[in-house]
Amino acid sequence: MSSQLFTTTHNTLARLTLLLIVLGGAGFLGFMDMIHRSPYVRYTKVRREQPVPFSHKHHTNMGIDCRYCHTSVEVSGFANIPPTQTCMNCHSEIYKDAPILQPVRDSYASGESLEWTRVHDLPDFVYFNHAIHVNKGIGCATCHGRVDQMPLTWREKPLFMKWCLECHRDPAQNVRPKDKIFDMAFDPASLSREAREALVEEYGIDHANHRLTNCAICHR
Amino acid sequence: MSSEVKRDPDGQLPYISGHDLESVSNKIAAVTLRPMREMPKFWYAGLFIGVLLLQLLFYAIYKLIVTGTYIWGLNIPVGWGFAIINFVWWIGIGHAGTLISAILFLFKQDWRTSISRFAEAMTLFAVVCAGLFPLLHVGRPWLVYWLFPYPNTMGMWPQFRSPLLWDVFAVSTYATVSILFWFTGLVPDLATMRARATDVWAKKIYHGMSLGWTGSARHWHRYEIAYLLLAGLSTPLVLSVHSIVSLDFAVSLEPGWHTTIFPPYFVAGAIFAGFAMVLTFMIPVRHIFGMKDLLTERHLNNMCKVMLFSGLIVAYGYMMELFFGWYSGSVFERFMVLNRLLGPYDYTYWLLILCNVLVPQALWSYKVRTNPIAVFIICQFISVGMWLERFVIVIISLHRDFLDSSWAMYAGTRWDWAMYVGTMGLFLTLVFLFIRTLPFIAIFEMRELIHKDEHHDDEHHDDEH
Repeated sequence: MSSQLFTTTHNTLARLTLLLIVLGGAGFLGFMDMIHRSPYVRYTKVRREQPVPFSHKHHTNMGIDCRYCHTSVEVSGFANIPPTQTCMNCHSEIYKDAPILQPVRDSYASGESLEWTRVHDLPDFVYFNHAIHVNKGIGCATCHGRVDQMPLTWREKPLFMKWCLECHRDPAQNVRPKDKIFDMAFDPASLSREAREALVEEYGIDHANHRLTNCAICHR
Repeated sequence: MSSEVKRDPDGQLPYISGHDLESVSNKIAAVTLRPMREMPKFWYAGLFIGVLLLQLLFYAIYKLIVTGTYIWGLNIPVGWGFAIINFVWWIGIGHAGTLISAILFLFKQDWRTSISRFAEAMTLFAVVCAGLFPLLHVGRPWLVYWLFPYPNTMGMWPQFRSPLLWDVFAVSTYATVSILFWFTGLVPDLATMRARATDVWAKKIYHGMSLGWTGSARHWHRYEIAYLLLAGLSTPLVLSVHSIVSLDFAVSLEPGWHTTIFPPYFVAGAIFAGFAMVLTFMIPVRHIFGMKDLLTERHLNNMCKVMLFSGLIVAYGYMMELFFGWYSGSVFERFMVLNRLLGPYDYTYWLLILCNVLVPQALWSYKVRTNPIAVFIICQFISVGMWLERFVIVIISLHRDFLDSSWAMYAGTRWDWAMYVGTMGLFLTLVFLFIRTLPFIAIFEMRELIHKDEHHDDEHHDDEH
């Protein structure tokens, strides 16, 4: 054609555009996926602001058992946050005038609960029973990480559905002896695979026929 | 130009008459290149209605997203309603374009030339309309990428054994191949438009889209090969897409769905509906834009024959559904047949028989086939009939199945209808924009046809000069 609206430079531009569409599209999808998995979105390792800067590290290092405060973890589907009364058992005697504990004393005096920021919050469409996990040999540290080393509590695991399913498909990865449930330093990998499979058998964790990955196990 | 209408050796009217290479190019390009004020009122009216209904679609989608799918008439047991009826209806309509452009091309049917571009465009627009329904019926369309298998944080794959997943692949492949095929066929014409456009922006856009086409022998050679390959790729799609759509039903155990006749019967129905829709648009367009010399009565005749044939296959399908309902010996299948014929929705079934089986029998007559008004009316019956067919299959089967304590009635709500009518608006809008912006008949293929006519028909050769 006679009219030259475009020059040969435009050929290069056209090819570059095609390349950019492909690379840009792939790059965009990859970027979105990275964002989705990032601690920024998942809140992993993020120290959460609390009304009182409670340190699990400090309290467990004094030898207080998890269940002294979290009384219902073995018996209830819902793992409880202790009432202010539990704090006051000690703090009416020690650090009883510490300014940092003023919200605790206020709560105790008024009867209004302290409003802790929840660190492990599963979506409402997921049914999660805390007690069954504890009673079938899953230790605190498996999901919550080394809480005994956290000055301010953070979320250790990203709580992806994939993460739930990995264990539900093969519980023997994470199962431990019942006397080690509250042992934060214990590592299930220190047991042999056979020993852990024996534990799965012993606890009666029935994952045959994908029973534990049935949709309705968690999405009821 | 020849003064009298030539007939071919079989005594048939020609597919194109009274044109030479220049006049045919001018005529088709003029629709796109004439000033806006010279567009016929029909075009403005069509676009206006289309855009108006499109607003209804936008509103229906907005309402659906902010409130959820409960605004539709779905219930249990009728968990599949208008969304799937409309999806199947639209996707079926697209099949005419693919059949015309791919299969008729491979069989060297010259008459496809004048209708292929238009029919292919309608395929694309129909797929767009169809695609909206699965996209929106999930309720949260921003998560629709979950339908695709990709490594995700849920640790889940889609159910590869489900025909609904096969549908995702079938329809997305169909859309991709159709758009490639259509665009490839457009390139030589875009170059013609580039040469003829006077407006500098129109020229630039056509120029850019024509991908540097110069019309050299090497370009034509490559083009012919690419087009042939794409036609080969599209051909199985004519059969596979609607077969897979039919498996959405046939793979289930629902009485009225669980039958092996579904794939061929759905494909025939798709071609039936698709030709009806192409004719619905072609008949007014050829009249308004004065294209009767390019879209001749012989085209109508041929398309009506395809419609009659596919309609008979569909009618056979209806008969076999009744027969197998009885022959299965299953009480549920037999009840389903009776419920279709005599149940609370019996009028939809008998209307369907009227629209799809009885009325199209008029097409046996040559006079009817070449009478545009009669054909147009019959096409309307077929479009309604094909929608009713899907209604009968989806609703009548579901509303009374195995467990009679769970029987229920179903009716589309105003939002169901708004969405359906709205997609018609989308379709109209796209068709009328297409008519204005791209040559709706393939110019270079028409030139090829004229060239063939002139040089392979020796006794008329000297008439031309």
